[in-house]
Amino acid sequence: MVVSRSRPASDGAPAIVAGMGAPAVAAGMGAPAIVASRVSKRIGPRMILRDIDLTVDRGSFLTILGPNGAGKTTLIRILTGLLKPTTGRVTIDGRDLAEVPAEVRRQFGVISHHSYLYDSLTARENLYFYGRLYDVPDLPRRIDEVLAEVGLELFFNEPVRTFSRGMVQRLAIARAIIHRPSLLFLDEPYTGLDPQASETLSSVLSSLKGPERAIVMITHQFDQGLAMADRVVVLVRGRIAINEAAADLTLDELNRRYRTAAMRPDDGGDTTRADRGVTP
Amino acid sequence: MSFLRKVGLIAWKDLRAEFRTKEMISAMLIFALLVIAIFAFAFDPTRDEVRVIFAGLIWVAFFFAGILGLNRSFAGERINDAIHGLMLSPVDRSAIYFGKLLGTWVFMTIVEIVALPIFIVMFNYTPAGSWLLAGTAILLATLGFVAVGTFLAALTANTKASEVLLPVILFPVVIPVVIAAVEATRGVFGGLPPADFVTWFKVLGVYDAVFVAVPFLLFEYLLEV
Repeated sequence: MVVSRSRPASDGAPAIVAGMGAPAVAAGMGAPAIVASRVSKRIGPRMILRDIDLTVDRGSFLTILGPNGAGKTTLIRILTGLLKPTTGRVTIDGRDLAEVPAEVRRQFGVISHHSYLYDSLTARENLYFYGRLYDVPDLPRRIDEVLAEVGLELFFNEPVRTFSRGMVQRLAIARAIIHRPSLLFLDEPYTGLDPQASETLSSVLSSLKGPERAIVMITHQFDQGLAMADRVVVLVRGRIAINEAAADLTLDELNRRYRTAAMRPDDGGDTTRADRGVTP
Repeated sequence: MSFLRKVGLIAWKDLRAEFRTKEMISAMLIFALLVIAIFAFAFDPTRDEVRVIFAGLIWVAFFFAGILGLNRSFAGERINDAIHGLMLSPVDRSAIYFGKLLGTWVFMTIVEIVALPIFIVMFNYTPAGSWLLAGTAILLATLGFVAVGTFLAALTANTKASEVLLPVILFPVVIPVVIAAVEATRGVFGGLPPADFVTWFKVLGVYDAVFVAVPFLLFEYLLEV
């Protein structure tokens, strides 16, 4: 499950929620999958993230919502090691991301609104390339498996540049899961998808939920985000404004509280209320 | 998978993608051939003059064709943000650098192998020296050029005017390679005794060693910029 380390019980959700039987994974057995401690990020004169505390356990699904410019993508980039935090630290299974990044990255699967695919290569060649980078055993069979999983088995030999947006996104999912990642990061995966493709994506994502996998998703789709999540975090101006168990939220309530949080004027340097998870 | 295998895999990916579209290598070849044609019409050199200027002419064509390749080497990684896919994989960041370097080195060498005989025919020039030495000089000079160029191409790939910026910052850094390449090739093709041009081979060797090692150490920081 996802918990806020510094969140008080007064927000209506338990301060610490037990994990869903997290399996023994890698070196940090028993440690939360992801811990972000007091993470801040400054880019130029602008403070993008301020004192973010997050803990994500295996078997949980965290949805991050927030208006444009709230720092959601920056947070995901820091959690995956693409960016270094200005202050604070991130641990993956108890290991500092800054110290063993290459080894830790093996666990990551990232689905972004960018596909990370090579247009000139075929679907199979893209998966072969990424599969080899991750040392996937029995790769040809695994490629067939993931292509079937995302419904692209008939298009394995087609260059990606001939794919529709929905097909590209499905292949991006196949790319992200080919090495069976235990930590899945989704950065606005629904961007540009038609309703049918969105439905397919939701179905694939639901199938990816499991006790061995922690999933963190950024989205602007409140309904889909809330339906899949165990916990919902709303980022506003680089701070956690809402951090609630999804079971405690209805869509209407989430919408109402989101609007209130987003419209609340910036309180400058006071980070205490939001960082403690105090909701408006 | 070992470091070298990952380097080879990244180069394989670039070669595979390029040989499917032939966008970059055809542009490099056409550019080199155009330079040959322009020089052949612009100059009407005597046999002695050709001996003096031939090495300079071929390197003008090779280096400027190489710029086209370098500009494309990281541009392809920016499409679909593929560079982040690479950076997220459990690959040492320097393997990305060496993979890109290897791919561009192969492309430039192919262009040189095709263009050099055409240069020789168009200028009716008969190189006198050892082809083995000439090949070594060309490979060493190309490696030095591509080693620095790949590093700077990664640096400029995120800028708006990367295609203009790359040659502007690259050529001042590769001046030692340009001079050594021309002098070494002129010495070999002119049939001079090795003692007269061996220094230029040493310059190329040292330059290559330094400018392969420096990006190896700095590339990780460069990608974080």
